[in-house]
Amino acid sequence: MPRVHIPAPARDLTGGEVDVEVEASSVRRLIGALDSRFPGFADRVLEEGELKPGLRVAIDGHISPMGVLARLETDSQVHFLAAIGGG
Amino acid sequence: MASVEERQFRVEPFPGGTPGNQRLVEEGRLPEYAVVGTRPIRHDGTDKVTGRARYGADIKLSGLLQGYVLRSPHAHARIVSIDTSKAAAVPGVHAVCTNADLPSASHRAGDLGEGVVDWYHLNQNVLANDKVLYTGHAVAAVAADSVHVAEEAAKLIEVEYEVLPPVLDVREARSADAPVLNDDVRTDRQPVGEQGDTPTNVAKHFHYEKGDVDTAFAAAELVVEREFTTETVHQGYIEPHTATALWSPDGKITIWTSTQGSFMIRMQVAELLNVPSSKVKVVPMEIGGGFGGKIAVYLQPVAAVLSRMSGRPVKLNMDRSNVFDATGPTPGSYMKVKIGVDADGMITAGEAELLFEAGAFPGSPINPGCMCVFACYDVPNGRIDGYDICVNKPRSNAYRAPGSTHVALATETIVDEICEAQGICPVEFRLKNAVKEGDERVDGVTYPPVGMWETIKAVELSDHWQSPLEGPHQGRGIASGFWFNFGGNSVVAATVNEDGTVSLIEGSTDIGGTRASISMQLAEILGIAAEDVTPTVVDTDSIGYTDVTGGSRTTHATGLAAIKAAEDIQAQLRQRAAILWDVDAEQVEYDSGATLTGPDGQSIGFQEIAGKLNQTGGPVVGRGSVNADKHGGAFGTHIADVEVDPDTGKVQVIRYTVVQDVGTAIHPSYVEGQMQGGAAQGIGWAINEEYYYGDDGRLHNASFLDYRIPTCYDLPDIETIIVEVPNPGHPFGVRGVGEVPIVPPPAAIANAIYQATGARLRSLPMSPPKVLHELLAADQ
Repeated sequence: MPRVHIPAPARDLTGGEVDVEVEASSVRRLIGALDSRFPGFADRVLEEGELKPGLRVAIDGHISPMGVLARLETDSQVHFLAAIGGG
Repeated sequence: MASVEERQFRVEPFPGGTPGNQRLVEEGRLPEYAVVGTRPIRHDGTDKVTGRARYGADIKLSGLLQGYVLRSPHAHARIVSIDTSKAAAVPGVHAVCTNADLPSASHRAGDLGEGVVDWYHLNQNVLANDKVLYTGHAVAAVAADSVHVAEEAAKLIEVEYEVLPPVLDVREARSADAPVLNDDVRTDRQPVGEQGDTPTNVAKHFHYEKGDVDTAFAAAELVVEREFTTETVHQGYIEPHTATALWSPDGKITIWTSTQGSFMIRMQVAELLNVPSSKVKVVPMEIGGGFGGKIAVYLQPVAAVLSRMSGRPVKLNMDRSNVFDATGPTPGSYMKVKIGVDADGMITAGEAELLFEAGAFPGSPINPGCMCVFACYDVPNGRIDGYDICVNKPRSNAYRAPGSTHVALATETIVDEICEAQGICPVEFRLKNAVKEGDERVDGVTYPPVGMWETIKAVELSDHWQSPLEGPHQGRGIASGFWFNFGGNSVVAATVNEDGTVSLIEGSTDIGGTRASISMQLAEILGIAAEDVTPTVVDTDSIGYTDVTGGSRTTHATGLAAIKAAEDIQAQLRQRAAILWDVDAEQVEYDSGATLTGPDGQSIGFQEIAGKLNQTGGPVVGRGSVNADKHGGAFGTHIADVEVDPDTGKVQVIRYTVVQDVGTAIHPSYVEGQMQGGAAQGIGWAINEEYYYGDDGRLHNASFLDYRIPTCYDLPDIETIIVEVPNPGHPFGVRGVGEVPIVPPPAAIANAIYQATGARLRSLPMSPPKVLHELLAADQ
């Protein structure tokens, strides 16, 4: 199952859980599943159905350009990160 | 496969370079490319050295007006009223504008690819409305027959200010009784946190945590905790900002400007002026340096509004003082960092509290600072808190590896202290603790294959590290650094010409030689010479959306687009050869020597088939479009030798070596140039550069006479060692190279100063007065 790293500021929703396994084939489904288990999670990451501006999702260490549309494999590692601007 | 520790390496001269250009070579692995790794003359070289290259200020248009921007003399004030009537009445004046002439903006977040902007704050930064938040904040603008008329007219604009107390220091700005700059700012807890509900200068609070930090510190053999400060510094690009705009009666806006990202300018102008982006064409001129500072708009929307009001094209140029006063610096900072190690010198815990100046509006690089502070080492337990804090200084903007240089000063200085306390060689310590593939950062992300360890190995094997210092008051320091790099959107179109050359168009403005590096990747795939590719950077109407030239992304991502375009050409040429030979395209091979071969021994070269395109179906245009995501991070480790004058405190860098994992060097000269340029800027940041503010918030050194960037007299010939640990996310293994070389210099120099003098400098810049103060304090 895909494994999600819960950012520290969101662990109030997960009761302190850091890494959570979620059955999901896409980031959108993963957020939905997380929100079912940890109500309020979707409100923290979504705005009008898309990732909030400035929020990124990284899959297996790489920030995905596809956001909530990104596909997940059974062994995917998922992180929610703030955007990083380079020079 | 043998572990990295078991493999055999050597450092040798990089072919074609100067004696100081070297590379780390692994026994049994040699480069295998025809074009990649060679050093062709850059395609834009002749125009640059003959002065024919056209920069933004070179634009001349029929009926062109010149503009002047009136700027705030106060660091913090409320605008009570603005009266422009006297200025508008001056003969030769054609338009006067203020924020009231911009469409109103709301608090919506705009996604600029790498970062995010609040449109309301950007609107307020372009032309102040309710308040001015820093000296130099734009208030109004005039367009006239000449810049002198415009300037004189601007002096007649009457602005009534209610002056407010400024706050310049992040620790003061965070306090409960500090003047609040923006009533609309609330603390946003990130990532994935909630927002506060009271006005504050603390715009963001990032929090990362991993493992059991408190227990790990309690069990540590040695814990070192120190505080550090850095001052506001500027990117120091030589070419000031410039924009010329023509708002045509048909509603089309054309902007000629110096920018790192023409599509970013298009997006910002369209949003701020409330017009469709298709109505805005941005023509990127040659760029005289950017380093992150030429992504946000300043002059472009103002020039467009003045053009709309006057019906004429309008040019706005900044002078150097405008650039310092009003364009994005990288922030000053306060940092408290703690590292714990066990008896064997293995890091067991890290903790950091980081306060970065946002400037007038939220948006400092505090998040990458948080993610970089322990990025070089395998830290099993970590806690990081970072704060983005508004102060009365220009809105901060990106500067080469934004945020990483600050935090490297802290971490790498503490590492040096730990090495001394435990009697461990700094190279050995870093080899033991360096991150490798599979290690997890404190923010939770796991590393793909990276070359941190290899950069340290190259240091160990280098002539520099193995050579003794030669005089009194000399010292040597090393430091490492990390930057993420970026991928993003890029588009390339390549047309095969009848003479066997290829014309390549791209949307990536060329700052560091990317015309060459993009062309070389296309040439490598096609099997032709780099000189047979003619690259052109085109405007936003002429190519697909392309992200900014920044984030060390262009050679990686636009290179990927060029590779796709080349593969598209190969596929089309196979079809053309199949027509010539009356066979199936699947039966035609395209070999690395740019020759197509058929099933019955037929053969035709690239140049020959290029001359037969019209008879086989018409022109061949290859296209490549990517949104790259596997960009690979970059690590660097630097060696600095310094000599400190004990009477004046002046620090002279006498030898300097940059070691960096670049993945694969497409054009080694430009890679070496980026490594040297980044190090030179880092050295300036380390020992000279700082914004110097008075208590009233006015900047006192807004010129290159008083803000001292390094010159050739301050720098030795910077040596380079290229390390090539291929990035698996690119066919040639490319990683970004432009940013990480600015990260290690301040820490490497601080560690060298300590070895030379016994004085630990924890505050930038390590300028003569500050060094002398520390030397005298040590004597007492």
